[in-house]
Amino acid sequence: MAKGDAKGWKSGLNVQIESLKKSLRPRIREWKFSLFLFRKSVLAMAGLIIVLSLLLVAVFAPVLAPPPMIRGLGNMKDPMQIPYDFGLFPKPPGAVKPPPYPPGQTYPLGTGLQGTDIYYGLVWGARTSMYISLYVVSLAVIIGLVLGALAGYYGGKIDELLMRVTDVFLSVPGLILAMAVAAVLGRSLENVMLALIVVWWPPYARIVRGQVLTIKENTYVEAARSSGAKPMRVLFRHVVPNTLSPVLVNATMDIGVVVLVAAGLSFIGLGAQWPYAEWGRMVSEGQTWFTSTITYQGNQYNPYWVWAFPGLMILLFVMGFNLLGDGLRDILDPRLRR
Amino acid sequence: MRTFIIRRLLLLIPVLIGVSVFVFMLTRISGNPAAAYITEKMPLDVQAKIKASLHLNEPIYVQYWYWLDGILHGNWGVSKAAQNLDVSTAIAEKFPFTFELAMVSTLIAVVVGVSLGTISAVRRNTVVDHATRVMALAGVCLPVFILAIILKVVFAYQLGWFPLSGAYDPFLYPPFVADMNHYTGFLITDTILNLDLPRFSDAISHIALPAICLAFGSIAILTRIMRSSMLEVMGLDYVKTARSKGLPERVVMRKHARRNALIPTTTVVGLTFGGLLGGAVLTEFVFAWPGMGGWSAAAALSNDWASILGFTLVTAIIYVLANLVVDVMYAFLDPRVQLE
Repeated sequence: MAKGDAKGWKSGLNVQIESLKKSLRPRIREWKFSLFLFRKSVLAMAGLIIVLSLLLVAVFAPVLAPPPMIRGLGNMKDPMQIPYDFGLFPKPPGAVKPPPYPPGQTYPLGTGLQGTDIYYGLVWGARTSMYISLYVVSLAVIIGLVLGALAGYYGGKIDELLMRVTDVFLSVPGLILAMAVAAVLGRSLENVMLALIVVWWPPYARIVRGQVLTIKENTYVEAARSSGAKPMRVLFRHVVPNTLSPVLVNATMDIGVVVLVAAGLSFIGLGAQWPYAEWGRMVSEGQTWFTSTITYQGNQYNPYWVWAFPGLMILLFVMGFNLLGDGLRDILDPRLRR
Repeated sequence: MRTFIIRRLLLLIPVLIGVSVFVFMLTRISGNPAAAYITEKMPLDVQAKIKASLHLNEPIYVQYWYWLDGILHGNWGVSKAAQNLDVSTAIAEKFPFTFELAMVSTLIAVVVGVSLGTISAVRRNTVVDHATRVMALAGVCLPVFILAIILKVVFAYQLGWFPLSGAYDPFLYPPFVADMNHYTGFLITDTILNLDLPRFSDAISHIALPAICLAFGSIAILTRIMRSSMLEVMGLDYVKTARSKGLPERVVMRKHARRNALIPTTTVVGLTFGGLLGGAVLTEFVFAWPGMGGWSAAAALSNDWASILGFTLVTAIIYVLANLVVDVMYAFLDPRVQLE
């Protein structure tokens, strides 16, 4: 390749980069302004910090609470199963299962049913909650986005059908429909997630449809269409990106709510089974001792830690995403801005 | 107005068919629909007989037809989760408890939520306002079952102010003694009508904790709505007019501002009440409340599909009707709204 050619190619690339920069400039300015507004809001920042720290806990779970190599009996293969043991503490005579052990040196937050490590469960439970909520919300958003966009853009029979289907789903409270679906599918975390996706997409389809209906009347959409863009390109390049900000706000809020509902279902007993690291299930572990005491080694105590710590984590998780979503809404909604 | 109501009621039919087809298909596609009625110890011919009586050998659309026919003729199947009662009988037995709980908790939520919302709007950006908003945030984020457990452990167990669970003290109702007239089927109303003070106070003390627990979430929502709509109304011209006429501030707030701010709040009240009527699954579960919610949780756990289907249908009906009532009420409260 000649030298001149390479130079030409490079300068051509530079020109392209320049034009790309130019086209991105207003967007970057917009983002910077949003970021500035976001930084000013104390609550939104608090939400962001909570969410980020929970995310870090989820990512670094193997470091924060290393899965045991010897201690756990038979549950080393899957780190999501909380290790429990029989050997570390002397059993009361006649007892088969060790009772919940209060917070102490070996177990910083105490133990639950059959000696499950609460601290371990909290750390790995962050991973479960992140996984459930992100999975459910992103799938619900994708399904809702595609169906809502198609229905809003094309109208007619597709639209009518979608609206009737969403009518059906929205006529039953979410928790109850999710419970029914999870119940008939069988008890497992995967089925709870499936049930939640089934329940969660219709509102997104409605939001996107409504947005598409107004946006598709804009002149720039008309311009794209008249310059020969194919319908799918017009829809997904020019219409859908402009519907994203309400969807984003709703999704952020919903991440917290999904975890609430999933924890509720697990609490009843539909979701993950013992000894899986899931906060709702861990709360239900404390059920036996809500209103009773244990006598162990001469001490009488009420093991509140079995349900209180996982409960606190759920509260923290939901609150983080709620504050973040509130902050995002204030920034992304032009009417609330400034 | 009448055509609007009729049209909305007719819309219930496709919705109910949709819900039932959806859940019915799920029960048949996945899992074993006879699991609740058959145990492995039963002889094979008995198992086969039970399967045949449930029409499980027919194609799925025929099964659905049988089920729909049963629903229309009052045969809703047998509920394993409610001691083998008919599903319709079980619902009739449990609904009054759920209804009463929903009533009491909505009452608490409205009184507290409306006053907190008003105060926090009138004294905007003061300590009261901030405290109220923090509480509202907690109400949205605190899982209802955690709140229920906290209330139960602190007030019922540690302090002993309230009974632990249930809706009444069984010792107050000895079996085979019919000394109370059940006029309405609702416990609190019946005890009042019978002028039975011990049983009345017993019923109140049993309902207190679950009702407060349920009210907490609604209070959070109501306070938010009430605060924002109050703020909106307070900036309107007629409020200024009322003030400039020389009316005392209290009258302006109560008669001019709050009344109009209540309109959007009513919608929320109606919807939350409708939601609660379907059964507050988690709260009823924690407090062992003998209503629809606790029963449905038990049914969900024991694979009792007849109960699950019946419960989902009833909830859908209640929810849709509550929506309708809210819409109609809105038109009454706000003359600007036209139903078409």
